[in-house]
Amino acid sequence: MTARSTSAISVSGLVKNFGHTRALDGLDLTVNTGEVHGFLGPNGSGKTTTIRILLGLLRADGGQARLLGGDPWREPTELHKRLAYVPGDVTLWPNLTGGEVIDMLGRMRGGLNRQRRTELLERFDRDPKKKGRAYSKGNKQKVGLVAALASDVELLILDEPTSGLDPLMEEVFQQCIREERQRGRTVLLSSHILAEVEALCDRVTIIRLGRAAETGTLAEMRHLTRTSIAADLAGEPNGLSTLPGVHDLQVDGTRVRCEVDTNRLDAVLRQLTSVGVRSLVSQPPTLEELFLRHYQDDLSTGGNHTRTAVSS
Amino acid sequence: MSGLVGSGSLVRLALRRDRVLLSVWILIFVVMAAGSASATVGLYGTAEARAQAAASINNTPSLVALYGLIYDESSVGALSMIKLGAFGGALVAVLAILLVIRHTRAEEEAGRLELVGSAVVGRHAPLAAALVVTVGTNLVLGLLTCLGLVGAGLSASGSFAFGLAWASIGIAFAAVAAVAAQVTASARAAIAMAMAFLGVVYVLRAVGDTAGDTGAAWLRWLSPIGWGQQVRPYQGDRWWVLLIPLVFFVAVTAAAQALLARRDHGAGLLPERPGPASAGASLRGPLGLAWRLHRGVLVGWTAGFVLIGLVFGNVASNIGDLLDSPGAKDLIQKLGGVQGLTDAFMSTELGIISVIASAYGIQVVMRLRSEESELRSEPVLATKVGRIPWALSHIAIALLGTSVLLIGAGIGAGLAYSAQTGNASDFWRVLAAAVVRLPAVWVLAGVVVAAFGLAPRAVAIGWAALVAFLLLGEFGPLFELDQWVMDISPYAHVPRLPGGDFTAVPLIWLAVVAAALAAVGLVGFRRRDVPIA
Repeated sequence: MTARSTSAISVSGLVKNFGHTRALDGLDLTVNTGEVHGFLGPNGSGKTTTIRILLGLLRADGGQARLLGGDPWREPTELHKRLAYVPGDVTLWPNLTGGEVIDMLGRMRGGLNRQRRTELLERFDRDPKKKGRAYSKGNKQKVGLVAALASDVELLILDEPTSGLDPLMEEVFQQCIREERQRGRTVLLSSHILAEVEALCDRVTIIRLGRAAETGTLAEMRHLTRTSIAADLAGEPNGLSTLPGVHDLQVDGTRVRCEVDTNRLDAVLRQLTSVGVRSLVSQPPTLEELFLRHYQDDLSTGGNHTRTAVSS
Repeated sequence: MSGLVGSGSLVRLALRRDRVLLSVWILIFVVMAAGSASATVGLYGTAEARAQAAASINNTPSLVALYGLIYDESSVGALSMIKLGAFGGALVAVLAILLVIRHTRAEEEAGRLELVGSAVVGRHAPLAAALVVTVGTNLVLGLLTCLGLVGAGLSASGSFAFGLAWASIGIAFAAVAAVAAQVTASARAAIAMAMAFLGVVYVLRAVGDTAGDTGAAWLRWLSPIGWGQQVRPYQGDRWWVLLIPLVFFVAVTAAAQALLARRDHGAGLLPERPGPASAGASLRGPLGLAWRLHRGVLVGWTAGFVLIGLVFGNVASNIGDLLDSPGAKDLIQKLGGVQGLTDAFMSTELGIISVIASAYGIQVVMRLRSEESELRSEPVLATKVGRIPWALSHIAIALLGTSVLLIGAGIGAGLAYSAQTGNASDFWRVLAAAVVRLPAVWVLAGVVVAAFGLAPRAVAIGWAALVAFLLLGEFGPLFELDQWVMDISPYAHVPRLPGGDFTAVPLIWLAVVAAALAAVGLVGFRRRDVPIA
């Protein structure tokens, strides 16, 4: 199949309106086959809407969405055989047990790997005999995850899958996703938890107000950000303030602190070593900083939803 | 008691949530009682006619079992309210049960009570508030009913006794529901438990009433429905009997509060039974899932329909004696046309049964909407299950379920009826008469499918259509509406079996209309966004 060799998901110029609200405003998103792709944005930025369009549940008002080489609106059922989806809010039928839901959803997809089901239930510490109404939020989420991970599919679409999981289970989840990548499966992981995306994803798309604000590998993105440098030098620093890419320079005797554009790091370090370095602390940019940079407009105008998203 | 802190706010919250619902409910009961009274006063003008009608009820065991005894055969009030005393009382009990569970266990199960409970709200406050609202509702219901009955021309004292008797039944069942809400973790199971209790005590009083002067007559004193009847409104008004439900209420609610203090939030007293660890073979597609979701309720409904069928079939065979007064005969003739009285009665009862079956069908199709809005359709529609097969799975249950219900009622009525007449062909006549009503029932389900596809937020239009069709049938002739207006109702096109002429053409048309409505709805559903919140 040619679709396998190219991209699993390709979205361009996607537009979706709900009444007068524009949920997606020309979104572009490409997920390559075999990669774990982070889909990052605060609540209400359009992540779930995008996913529902990719699943053929919502109809796009404009733009293109291709999934596994097909049109998700035209041929949803054929495509759904090849993917598994975990919604952000897993709701279970109150009178069905977790085990029954896992089996049923697996059968409704491409099929279920029994051995993997048993293994996953053990790892996620789940009792499959409990009825849906007895599950807590996190435990419902686990049922959804086990059902998806145990299915024989090539693409996993996970919408904030770890909301409600405790740190231990979060660790199990990350381990599972790494295994999925080794198996060659493609994963679209929507999240507002930066550490999770940073730990798992090959590439990241940051969505803001229904548009892709930034997309690329973490390395590429870091390239666009600043590294914090704190150094104690052998003598007085000179010429630093005139170097391009140096920001927020603070000089206190022989001690220097500054932020450096990551692509200018080399020139700055040369300048420092020319004086002589006694100690050096450099902090790589975190995704958090990247994220904050894209949302600082909202922050400065006091956008509440943004703040909650970033703090979690 | 600090456990009751916040009750006042919760009462206001409940009244704010239910102000429309409660007003409509109370209004329906008042209109039902007053309407029934004024119709009876008009129908049985003379003391002889009343005495004759009362005697024929007292001499028909199936009617005594269903409605109870008339203790004063000359009392117009007693005759007017015979059907509503016990039967209406049971409906008041249903209202009380639903109201208490709605504000206690249902809130707890939905997780909203947890939010409320974390505020300055005592542990016992939610239950106390639910009981205050329910008791208050029943008192208002009783007083307004009393006013309505006086307005319809019945005596003030008897009407007051009747209103209080109804209220006392509701209040007793509020206490029963309060206990049920503590026992199970699921609101549905709590309702089922309280309803089962209602069924048992209804039968207890039926057994007591039909026992004559033999030993079992005391059984009626074990039943809150029986207490209501033993107040004997319009027949001496025995006020002291009202003390029994009062004591019952105090004792049982105290027990409920004690149980509440012994259990955890969110948990019941009965442990949740574990289910199967893996799915059975039938749970592999949308139909298997739909069947699983609906089967328990369908089994309960079917049992109820067979039972109603048995009762009606039994009553029908005694109908000749019951409706001896010329006025009643005239009425039935008007309702049923030219058939024999018994056939006309049976046809009328099957009509009522088909309306109830329509309510079942509406409810099943509306499940499509609740599955969507509660986001349970999403994971299923993200699998290889297409939208149309998913929607069809619930529609299939609606078609199958309504068929099972009507066939069940037909079998029950046919068995009871043919057992009395000794004529096996009567069984098939009655069963066929039940089955011909199916296409009209399906039209109502079709209305809901169409709404679901085209205007999913408006699926409740199915209930509106049911009420409208019912009113057209009941009051259309009275207001002398044009025939074409009355023909809007699908029920107007059903052949009046047994006894009437059978014509297949209207049935085929009804089926075509139902199918067309469903098709329109499915096309709309395929094109629209899912979920629409």
